[in-house]
Amino acid sequence: MDRKCLREAYGNTLVEVGRANNGVVVLDADLSKSTRTSLFEEQFPNRFFEMGIAEQNMMSTAAGLAIAGKIPFVNTFAVFAAGRAYDQLRQSICIPRLNVKICGSSAGLSDYGDGATHQAIDDVALMRALPNMTVFAPSDAAETEMMVRAMVDHDGPVYMRIGRSLLPNYIDNSVGYRFGSPTVLRDGKDLVVFANGSLIEKSMEAAATLDLEGISLRVVNVSTIKPLDVRGVHECMRSMRGIVTAEEHSVVGGMGSAIVCALSDVVGTPPAKMIGVQDRFGTSAENPEELMKEYGLTAEAIAEAARELVAETSGKSTMGGISV
Amino acid sequence: MCLRRNLLEMFSDGKVGHLGGSCSLTEIMTCLYFSVMRISKRSLLEGSDRDLLILSKGHAVLIQYAALVELGVIPRGELDRVKTLGGMLQGHPDMCTTPGIEANTGSLGQGLSIALGLALGYRLDGRSNTIYTIIGDGELAEGQIWEAAMAITNFNLNSIVAIVDRNRLQATGPPDDRFNIPCIDQKWEAFGWRVHTADGHDIPELLEAFKEAKAETRKPSVIIADTVKGKGFSFAEDNPAFHNASLNSEQLEMASRALME
Repeated sequence: MDRKCLREAYGNTLVEVGRANNGVVVLDADLSKSTRTSLFEEQFPNRFFEMGIAEQNMMSTAAGLAIAGKIPFVNTFAVFAAGRAYDQLRQSICIPRLNVKICGSSAGLSDYGDGATHQAIDDVALMRALPNMTVFAPSDAAETEMMVRAMVDHDGPVYMRIGRSLLPNYIDNSVGYRFGSPTVLRDGKDLVVFANGSLIEKSMEAAATLDLEGISLRVVNVSTIKPLDVRGVHECMRSMRGIVTAEEHSVVGGMGSAIVCALSDVVGTPPAKMIGVQDRFGTSAENPEELMKEYGLTAEAIAEAARELVAETSGKSTMGGISV
Repeated sequence: MCLRRNLLEMFSDGKVGHLGGSCSLTEIMTCLYFSVMRISKRSLLEGSDRDLLILSKGHAVLIQYAALVELGVIPRGELDRVKTLGGMLQGHPDMCTTPGIEANTGSLGQGLSIALGLALGYRLDGRSNTIYTIIGDGELAEGQIWEAAMAITNFNLNSIVAIVDRNRLQATGPPDDRFNIPCIDQKWEAFGWRVHTADGHDIPELLEAFKEAKAETRKPSVIIADTVKGKGFSFAEDNPAFHNASLNSEQLEMASRALME
């Protein structure tokens, strides 16, 4: 399947929204070649602000720009956006609910060579915990583009994480895609996997493998992590005997954690297994595949979780068509 | 001084507040709101064209409330509801709940960066409003202040005037003893700022410094204002115990008497 670069889609869409709306301004902290905001800088140099390697100042500057009526897009690696400038984001942006958009680039383990300091496995957890914040984790280039446009349309702070890896286009080809809601990318009748980002592809591969074993896996894209469409999640898990969540993020506080928490008071919720970084920091590796394998973020890990759920629930009563 | 009188109203019933750092700013606030800034009650209430004040040392917001009450922007009746559940006046500046407040501050070090963003946005729109930012001398230990100071000169933003409230006393004692930040004026100069100094309780001197700052069009200006923490109330002057404290009835009476003299 054709693969596309999310960063490139982000940069190109920024140019488009910048052309349509001259209130859009872009800030970067010496990473514009990597975050691809250099594309915006080339087109609109007076609306691009190179803030130097000073992320905290950049974040509060964005707050000032928003107070002045602009729509600032703040750009740096996800570790710095969510971590280095967390307090600035919390106080000067989220408490007053200012219209600032943050793109955490090189998210997850995708900056494979640079190791733990540069691998954001906790950004979703941090951003989810902030009241007033919306959190996106697009799963392909097409969805990245949609999400950039949604960021402009939404009045309030939005955090979007994108990785470096080229990902196949699933959203483009999906039927019945609804922005902001969990979308079924491949239907199945036994188990459901909720995934986003690079774990969509792994989930699709797992589903193909499981099919051969007679296990039918439904693959659902959950790229809008907050606000979570809990009703949509309920719909997708109806009559399933097990849930798998899969993401390139820590299992502590990520999308899986949000889903398990949201389902915790639903009677008859089937058991869940969470695929993600198991409360560890990242590390350097020679290529992304090697790293994803080291952290158990593989199609095989998803398939194995599904098999275990089937084994654990066989003979037991399950959701069995309970409508929630 | 009516601002100190308003301030005392917020200390009734043994309520804890940042008295020291509010008192050191009384004359600076008076100059800004009643002479220097191009503002009106209407522009503050409606958010229309005006100069802006960002209180980076947000814990001193009580004195800003005192000024906004005098301007009629905050209802006087809100003073004794300060820091109460559902009240308009939060413990630190909140632009969403309080009219006249321009940004959320409190976690120190962020105000100058917010001023920078405002100035960048205003420049894109061809607006020439001045953006004033008050910083504490203890707050200068926050690295972000210097990130902003550097960026402001990088962007040639001369519409920003910073004021350092040099009251020489932070929460746990004098900065010189606790955490020394020497040569403050030279530091600002090295970052490309024009430095002005003034006695922060001498109104004519302050007004002259603001006039000079306004006349400086090639550089951003910083006014280093020498002040006394707790100024106006003898028991609190230069006393770190009143950084954030309540007043007993005896102290309240002493304070009221001091204002009558």
